[in-house]
Amino acid sequence: MRTTGVIPSRPKRRLWFGPGIGRLNYRHKQRLFIYGGLLIPLIYFVVIRILPILYSFNVSFREWGMLSPDKPFVGFDNYVTLLSDPLFLKSLVNTGIYVVVGVPAQLIAGLIVALLLQQVVKLRGLFRTAYFIPYVTSVVAVSWIFRWLLMKNGIVNALFIELGLGPQSFLYSPSQAIFWIIAVMVWQNIGFQMLIFLAGLQNIPKLYYEAAAIDGATGWQRFVHITIPLLNPVMLLSVVMASIGFLQSFTQVLNMTGGGPLDSTISVVLHIYNLAFKSFDMGLASAATVILFVIIFILTLVQLKVLGSRFQQE
Amino acid sequence: MSRSAAWAETRTMLRWKRSGSLISYALLTLGLGVMVFPFLWMISTSFKMLDEIYSLSLIPSRVTWDNYAAIFQGTPFPRWMLNSLYVAVIATVSVCVFDSITGYILAKFTFWGKQVIFVLILSTLMVPTEMLIIPWYLVSSSFNGMDTYWGILFPGLISGFGIFLMKQFMESLPSELLDAARIDGMGEWGIFLRIAVPLVRPAFATLCILTFLGSWNSFIWPLIITQSEEMFTIPVGMAFFSSEAKDSSNWVQIMTGATLSVLPLIVLFLCFQKQIIRGIATTGLK
Repeated sequence: MRTTGVIPSRPKRRLWFGPGIGRLNYRHKQRLFIYGGLLIPLIYFVVIRILPILYSFNVSFREWGMLSPDKPFVGFDNYVTLLSDPLFLKSLVNTGIYVVVGVPAQLIAGLIVALLLQQVVKLRGLFRTAYFIPYVTSVVAVSWIFRWLLMKNGIVNALFIELGLGPQSFLYSPSQAIFWIIAVMVWQNIGFQMLIFLAGLQNIPKLYYEAAAIDGATGWQRFVHITIPLLNPVMLLSVVMASIGFLQSFTQVLNMTGGGPLDSTISVVLHIYNLAFKSFDMGLASAATVILFVIIFILTLVQLKVLGSRFQQE
Repeated sequence: MSRSAAWAETRTMLRWKRSGSLISYALLTLGLGVMVFPFLWMISTSFKMLDEIYSLSLIPSRVTWDNYAAIFQGTPFPRWMLNSLYVAVIATVSVCVFDSITGYILAKFTFWGKQVIFVLILSTLMVPTEMLIIPWYLVSSSFNGMDTYWGILFPGLISGFGIFLMKQFMESLPSELLDAARIDGMGEWGIFLRIAVPLVRPAFATLCILTFLGSWNSFIWPLIITQSEEMFTIPVGMAFFSSEAKDSSNWVQIMTGATLSVLPLIVLFLCFQKQIIRGIATTGLK
């Protein structure tokens, strides 16, 4: 086994238990440091992050009421119940809308801001700061700010009326509400997306653009053939992270609409929350988390495979 | 191409470039308005008198501090802020201690099981929190962890993301330096504390701030684990307080509460934005 650095390993190993700790050889002391330092974090990760996953699977196969002392094993009953529950299916469809609309919107908005920021020299720092501020603020507070902005006699409606678009019901409209929630989520994450893209753009050598310009490539051609392909690895990471984020939509939904109107905004996580902490049906709720976990897992793998292979080809 | 034609082309290109950046400035300024206005409107509402809250002017005609006085005297908001602060500080210290040691060991040593441990830690980042919450809740309720600080804290004491971040930074430390200290007879803990830690001070700043922000803003777990009003953290209190508010005059109070929960973070961000931005760029790209 190799150790870091220049000290050659000693030819003869001493016994682990042999001499007192002060006379342990250098390698043993290092081992002690490594495993000693990792001990608490490892136990923590196994107990707090790994075992609960297994426990979740276990609970999902049982009828688990909070009050009854026995939790009988019921096999896949919870899964069957869930998949025939129209509200759960509705929440799955809605979560699909959150992902399919939200992820591209967030990426495109972030990319546009990053590209615009590249065009300007003065005030760049100011713009970057301003666009990033929403990302560091509390999602709960932001949800309530937008409820206030989007209410019936709120400022946005006043603006709509002024522009001749007529009054809107925004979060109280079953057809619009989900898109307003997505808009708020995108608004809050633009700054993060922008930073990731800015860092990616800075890694593209200026030389490529100059060469393309000499060959007569238009701005659009340069964007399609240089910027986009070279941003691909960054894009891949962003798509995966944004998808996971939108699949877990919860805080905004709970605070802005509570899942309504007419369940038009309810997400899978909000449904899980209601099952577990409103009806206290832990078995059903755990089954729903397992389904969500599987969806996230498969989607991430597919994205890594599809987008990743495209990146390899470029 | 004749010389004058080339000159003309350069000039149009320059003009195009200038107008291009003009359009960029215009669009960015518009976007800036969209990003900042909701916060300005929130602050403005929090200073308005009750009879003025539906007026559409950004600057209230009479500025009042009454809403702040009311929220400090009549609601548990100060207590919630203290709870959030307490939880965030402990989480930050714990994350810094454990994540830096783990990141350092994973970055600078070769040992049996290293790959397995690293993959294990990274894979926990993929698991949705929702999946862990029900087991956490069941265990907390059988160990009297409900409604306690420990209950709120335990899921955030060590973070996989932080380990990843620290590992990235620790890898840039020159191994020769650490070996030189070893030859001089320094112990491994001494090397870690007196050489590695001081050299990655910027990474600590990033990790501290990101952990603090994350803890201060975290919602779903504190919402589940806390039951009595005195134990709420500020996002839970904010959600509770706002959804309890029945008549519309309470919008003033809701916006005052929102200001109190948002403003400290904006100030913190403005102070440390360099570290935050660098931290995100580093972890986002590697």
